[in-house]
Formats: sequence, C-alpha cells, structure tokens
Amino acid sequence: MAIPRIAFIFAITAFLAGLGVATFSELRIFLPALLRGAVVTVQVSVLSIALFLLTAFVAGIARAFGTAPVRWSAAIFVEVFRGTSLLVILFWFFFVLPEFGVVMPPMVAAVLGIGLNFGAYGAEVVRGAVQSVPRGQTEASIALNMTQFKRMTRIIIPQAVVITIPGLSNLTIELIKATALVSAVTLTDITFASVQQNQLHYRTLEIFAITVLLYYCLAQFIRFGGGWLEDHFSRHLKPRSA
Amino acid sequence: MEWRWDFTFDVVLPRLWEAAGITVYATFASFFLALIGGLVLMLLKTAKNPVVSGIATELIELIRATPLLVLIFFLFFVLPEFGLTLPPLATGILAIAIYNSALMAEVYRAGLQAVPKGQWEAAIALNLSTYKTFRRIIIPQTLPPIVPALGNYLIAIFKETPLLSFVAVAEMMHAAKLIGSEYYRFTEAVTIAGLFFLVMSLVSAQLVRQVETYVKRSIQH
Repeated sequence: MAIPRIAFIFAITAFLAGLGVATFSELRIFLPALLRGAVVTVQVSVLSIALFLLTAFVAGIARAFGTAPVRWSAAIFVEVFRGTSLLVILFWFFFVLPEFGVVMPPMVAAVLGIGLNFGAYGAEVVRGAVQSVPRGQTEASIALNMTQFKRMTRIIIPQAVVITIPGLSNLTIELIKATALVSAVTLTDITFASVQQNQLHYRTLEIFAITVLLYYCLAQFIRFGGGWLEDHFSRHLKPRSA
Repeated sequence: MEWRWDFTFDVVLPRLWEAAGITVYATFASFFLALIGGLVLMLLKTAKNPVVSGIATELIELIRATPLLVLIFFLFFVLPEFGLTLPPLATGILAIAIYNSALMAEVYRAGLQAVPKGQWEAAIALNLSTYKTFRRIIIPQTLPPIVPALGNYLIAIFKETPLLSFVAVAEMMHAAKLIGSEYYRFTEAVTIAGLFFLVMSLVSAQLVRQVETYVKRSIQH
C-alpha cells in the first residue's frame, strides 16, 4: 500500500519539477533560494520533533502518574503552552527573554518555542494513551511484585506507545506546517524564502506552488513513517497466519 | 532591563485593548465563514457524482497540507493578480476561513456518519419528509459530537489570528510588534499579548465545555 503511493508522489514531484524547469526557465533563478529555505525548515523540524516527543512523553507521564506537585507543574506547563499562540511564544523567547539576560540564537529560540508548544499538545495525547491502558495491567504487575520503574518501562509505556502513534503523527505534521512561522525569529525558511523570491521575481503562482509541494512531500514522510510505525508496533494484535 | 508598570498602563494596555477588538472580530468572522465553507466542502465531498467528490477530497487534502501562513501569503499576493484587491484584514479572514473549512468539513462528515444507518431507514419507513428527517432525527443526533469539536476550532482560530500580523493587519500581535519597535521595549507588549491569549483561551475553553453540556442536556430531554 505504502510503496505504490510513495512511488506515485515521487513520480508527480519529478514530473512537476521537469515541467517547471522546461516551462518556466526562470525556475532556476529562484529554486536554489527555496531549497536553501527547505534545508532550514528541515533542520528546525527535525530538532523540534525531537524536543516535542521528549516533552510530550515527560509531561504526559508526569501528569498521569506524578506526585501532586509534579502533576500540578505539568498541568500548568501544558495549559500555558497550549493556551498561548505559537507566534507569541516565539516572539517571547526571541525578543523578551534577552531582556532577562537569556540570549539565544534564532535556531534555538525557534526549536524551543515549537517543541514546547507542540509538546504541550502531545502531553495530552500521551496522558490519554497512558490512562487508557487497562487497570488490570497495573494490578497484575503489582501482584507480580515489579518495581514501579519496571512496571512503567516494561508494561505500561510499551502498550501506551501504540495508542499514541496516530495522534502524535498528526501533531508532527501540524508541527512541520507550524515551522512556517520561524521567519518571526529571523530564520529564512521555505515560506520566508518564497516571500522574498516573490518580491524579487513576481512569479507568485510558481513559487507558492513549489512551496506547497515541498511541505506536502515533507508531510508525506511523516504520514508513511507513522503508518509504518503503527504496523510495526501493533503486529502482536493481528491474527496470526498459519 | 526591568518591567515598567507605568509604560505598561500608559502605552501598552490602551493600544493592545484597541487591537484586541480586531483580533476578536477576525476570529468570529473567519469562524462563521468557515462554518459555512466547511458545510459546503462536506456536501461536495459526500456528493453522489464521483468527479465532484474526488475533486473536493483532493482540495481538502491540499488545503490541509498547506501551512496557514503560506495560504495567507498566497491569497495576499495572488488575489490582486486576478484583479481582486481586498484589504489585508479581509484577505486574512478569507485565508483563515478557507484553511479551517477544510478541517471542519471532516468534523461535519464524522458527525453525520456517526448517525446509525437504521435511523435513516426508520425515517423513510415512517414516511417523514426530508425536512423533518433532518430537523427531528438526524441533526439532533449529529450535534453532540460536532459542537465540542467546532468549539475547539473556534479557540484554534483565535490562536491563529496572530499570523495576520505578517500581512500588516492591526491585530494584537501587530500592535505588540509596533510598540516594541517604536519604544524598543518588547518585554511588556509581548508578555501582555501572551497573557491576553492565555486568559482568553482558558476562558473560552471553559465556555465550550459549558455549551457542550448544555447541548447534551437539551437534546437528551
């Protein structure tokens, strides 16, 4: 299922690229700038996806199983970062924190802002998944005299991970789209590069078509990756073939 | 640099308060447009004609794969080329509305599909008119799952309005940026803007929860 679709997307991409080069020979003027922007987008995406997953699991598990003070601080973190707009968070990290003596390069501000913002959304997904593991599993592992650490790492989390995959891969696609905002902290990503190139060359339709196509391809990686992970982790649920 | 309360009260609050009006206006305008747009897209997607439904499905997928900011810039630069020059605020509202109607179409569809097929068959068996089928049978069962989801989209739209500052719409984030660059003090303006968004979305999340219980109660008698 996945492989024909990937081939299909590659075929379309190659076809459009060829068509573009053939039809609009100006493409070679602005394509390099757009691809440089794409590199920045990919860098920001990969780093913030790592931070997003880490934050989601730490905050989600803290909210579900922590002691009261841990639970409360996780809840406050989630509400603050979910309740404010991502753009405001990015601005705050980049322009306000220096006033308090914390100066960070734009890349760090972007990754922190996006990672923490989406981590707060992801924490709720993880919390829901962890809490939906049947209670009998916890009780059984207590009856088997497992330590709490072992109970979490061997019993609860492996079962919760499967449940989180669709939700988290949706959020990851949203995250990639949200990286379009990083021009607010002076990074030149695809979106900003396309606005710049548009002001230089006025080929709006072509430039934005390429931009949308690049985002679409990035999202496909996550969609297929998520599908593959889901298959991989839920193999034990499928009926065995003889 | 320390926090200055006099600056906060004399400059930041009045100007942000003015801009808050635009933010709220843009939120509700694009929410209502998206409510209608989502319904239209959903009807097109579930149309009998496979060509129409295929095109609508691909359109929804394309819009969902596009970042909102790219859509805003796209409309902002492309509409004038077709001779349609709208003020930035209208362009922004249109972009947010299009983006969210693609998302809401899925919500409507899920709500409609949640109604068991037997309900339709029973309505036909009882010889109810189309109007009565929808008014008495289908819509009351569709609303409970849809309303909370739509409420969440209202909050999401509210948090998307700062993107309009990229095309110079005078909403809160734009006002905060302007104050920052005029006085070279970002601290107060951006923090207050953030607090405003936090408080507003917490309050509206509470409101959505109340509407949800109200809808549930009023439908289950």
